[in-house]
Amino acid sequence: MIVGIDMGGTNIDGVVIDEGKIIKTIKRPTDRNDLLGTIWTTFKDLLTGYDKTKIKRINLSTTICTNAIVEGKTSSVGMIIEPGPGMPYDFLACGEKNLFISGYIDHRGNIVKDLNIAEIKDGCKLFKEKDIEAFAVVSKFSTRNPEHERRIKEALEKEFSQDETPIITMGHTMSGKLNFPRRVYTSYLNSAVYKSFKEFAINIKSSMEREGIQAPVFILKADGGTMNLDKAEEKPVETILSGPAASFMGISALLPTEEDAVLLDIGGTTTDIFFLADGVPLFEPLGIKIDKYKTLVRAIYTSSIGLGGDSAISIENKNIKIGPKREGKPYGLGGPKPTPTDAMIFLGLMDGDKERAQKAMTLLGEKMNMEPKKMAKLILAKMGDMIKSKVDTILGEINSKPVYTIKELLYGKKIEPKMINLIGGPAKILAPILEERFKLPTHYPANYEVANAVGAALARPTTEITLHADTSKGRLSVPELELYEKISSRFTLNQAREKALELVKESAKNLGATEEELDAEITEESSFNMVRGFYTTGKDIRVKAQIKPGLIHQIRSDKNA
Amino acid sequence: MADERDVERVHFCVPDVKSRVTQSHLISAGGAIRAFKAVMNKKVEKAFALIRPPGHHAQRVVYGDRGFCIINIEAVMLERIRQEYGDLRVAIVDTDCHHGDGTQDIYWNDKDTLFISFHQDGRTLYPGTGFIDEFGGPGAYGYNINIPLPPATGEEGFLYVLDNVVLPILDEYKPDIIINSAGQDNHYTDPITHMNFTAQGYAELNKRLNPNIAVLEGGYSIEGALPYINLGIILAMAGIDYSKVHEPGYDREKLKQSRDITEYVKKVAEIVYNRWKDRDNLYIKDIRGKDYVQRQRQVYYDTDNIMEYQTQNFKVCKKCSGVNTIDSRSDTGYHIFGITIPRDACSSCIDEGYRLYKYALNKYTSVYLQDRVNDKYLAK
Ligand SMILES: [Zn+2]
Ligand SMILES: [Zn+2]
Repeated sequence: MIVGIDMGGTNIDGVVIDEGKIIKTIKRPTDRNDLLGTIWTTFKDLLTGYDKTKIKRINLSTTICTNAIVEGKTSSVGMIIEPGPGMPYDFLACGEKNLFISGYIDHRGNIVKDLNIAEIKDGCKLFKEKDIEAFAVVSKFSTRNPEHERRIKEALEKEFSQDETPIITMGHTMSGKLNFPRRVYTSYLNSAVYKSFKEFAINIKSSMEREGIQAPVFILKADGGTMNLDKAEEKPVETILSGPAASFMGISALLPTEEDAVLLDIGGTTTDIFFLADGVPLFEPLGIKIDKYKTLVRAIYTSSIGLGGDSAISIENKNIKIGPKREGKPYGLGGPKPTPTDAMIFLGLMDGDKERAQKAMTLLGEKMNMEPKKMAKLILAKMGDMIKSKVDTILGEINSKPVYTIKELLYGKKIEPKMINLIGGPAKILAPILEERFKLPTHYPANYEVANAVGAALARPTTEITLHADTSKGRLSVPELELYEKISSRFTLNQAREKALELVKESAKNLGATEEELDAEITEESSFNMVRGFYTTGKDIRVKAQIKPGLIHQIRSDKNA
Repeated sequence: MADERDVERVHFCVPDVKSRVTQSHLISAGGAIRAFKAVMNKKVEKAFALIRPPGHHAQRVVYGDRGFCIINIEAVMLERIRQEYGDLRVAIVDTDCHHGDGTQDIYWNDKDTLFISFHQDGRTLYPGTGFIDEFGGPGAYGYNINIPLPPATGEEGFLYVLDNVVLPILDEYKPDIIINSAGQDNHYTDPITHMNFTAQGYAELNKRLNPNIAVLEGGYSIEGALPYINLGIILAMAGIDYSKVHEPGYDREKLKQSRDITEYVKKVAEIVYNRWKDRDNLYIKDIRGKDYVQRQRQVYYDTDNIMEYQTQNFKVCKKCSGVNTIDSRSDTGYHIFGITIPRDACSSCIDEGYRLYKYALNKYTSVYLQDRVNDKYLAK
């Protein structure tokens, strides 16, 4: 048995899957003031009547960290930033207290100017005055040489040795990708939500123990993969915004395809849009934006529109305006404003108070000189138009986005969707409308209402590593694994590939992946000569490897049932 | 990506485009075109095309590789843009340490493309050209400006030339577009040149020059200079503070140029500027009364070790910049004849171009016609 739970802003969904079949589903409202309690009661209700010892794993998508950010309950963070020469750096100040220090490491990992430990000691006085709760340490090009970050961390630990071990995030452990501002923000966020997640994890662990459940707990990441609870405690930043990823995985599990496709999750307040290229998800090129910060957190590409079943509808100059806000429940369910849900109830496509729904449609219809029925139909048509127009805009952007490699330029693939796959409350009702708008076959699965929880349940561990070998320095680095070792000057791209695959598998095992889940692949590679003066001094080899995001297994679901 | 036609608009590739130009060149030029279009379409205010391979040594005739250049990226870019967007008055300012002899050759007779190159004196560095008296063809006499600088010129010298020659000339010329041919081999750490320019200097130069488009040219100090200069140029073009961009071991005092150099640079600047001011009189003295102006040259392809001997012949026409031809022979056995009908050609120059093409002698291995008026390119 696998248990999947997806905690969203409004609802929490849970499923139990056994031998490839969904055997139980549950949906209840989220209590924002007691997230842990919400999870726990959902979990108990879900498992009533089942043997808890048969659970093989529990996959959880949680909004703990997202919530901490939204509600401003993050820890205060002291930043130590070593910017080196370059752009003005004041825009990097994101912590409660920011210390910019001298010293610098260049793009090849050479220490050009050494650290000045005295600066850090002085800074610690300020941190103490401000009662800083957590720290993040980032030096430019630390992925190429983490020495300064490590030494700063040691210095901090010494200064704060009387307290419990201080929370310190080092920039190079966040990602192997180069991008200094994003590295700074990612490290900041990781430290800011660290405590919230840690408390959550401790609670989960003790509750599990109390209930006698031994199954491992995995947490969903924004890239559609999972990591075990221990790893999530180290990198809680990766758990943020995992909700859309759960939906994405759900659609993929229930409606598998190898073609280009548009995936839609139409919820109460928003519609999330995803894309598949030959069945493979489109990722954010560098990382996801969290709050106001651009990060290096790997994520499935999502675009959201403020359009859902509960979006408020108004008439402006004889034009229907739906969303972008939700102003409470639908009118038919006692809410203040007419919504698409009212239109669906009135047309008999959904259960609800038909009389109130009719009133909502009449109210709107009067402003348009239109019968309520015509009004309701027009609202659904308008939803279809809005979704279509947004999808077209994004596709245009994606297909004309700058390419980053010569290979992409020459063989650049354009996404041409062959189908629309959708989930979410109004999926069934909107499917025919969307099919007509897009002129593409449109599918929704049988369990479309809990597809996100199915996605959470079936996600498996993923990881990505960035291997960089500099043969003239005889050095190999994999920042994500904190691996820095010597190599021979004859190290080749082939050896680098092998090494990367081996390391990424090992890393996935540490995240809790089982042997059969180690589907590793090389995603990027390059090798070029380095020249100093007139001579080639060695090779610069870069290889990226990942465990493909994938599903434990697919679920054969009835289409459009 | 650029295509063959884009290349033919600028070059006579011998024997043809396919045998001389690689995909890398077309990608490089394509990148520059894309950057220029973004500016023309007002998607961006300015653009810096960070592309390789470079192009400023590639001349009109192309037998092979010269100074790491095969096709002239800026020219291929600019002519494509002119073809799509109509005529533009353009100034190309070449800040590479080597003389931009290719760009000079291509725009030698084009009054609508002012070419200004400052570079290390040709007596001390490849390609050995770029002297003050290389002043342009009869249709653009005075619109080719060379400012040869002595080895060890530093920030002070470059900025002096900029302020006292380049900017005043641009003020008078009033171009629609300024292109910086942004070579970075004037840097003090560059292994193949002998100048003392810096990342700060390059940034300051771009701030004052304020080009609409910069296109990367040469630069060979890969670790010690390029990351810092490029960043400096980008920040300067974007109007962001670049005061914190310093290369490792940068020491302003050590890089100060000597008084001798300062004096010498001032003299060069004065001569160049006075010649520009006096260009109409110089035209009367050097050109007026002639029907044709001939130019004989030897061109050496250092990378491919080819020697070319050519005679260019420019018609002095009152109505346009004049049809012109190149008779070129290489020691690899080719002997070609190229005819160019310029963008502004009058009808009699067009007719003459086609006549020359039709009746070209049999001794040539190939004959080419560039008809820029109709964007037509013929070869036989
Ligand atoms: Zn050069
Ligand atoms: Zn004429």
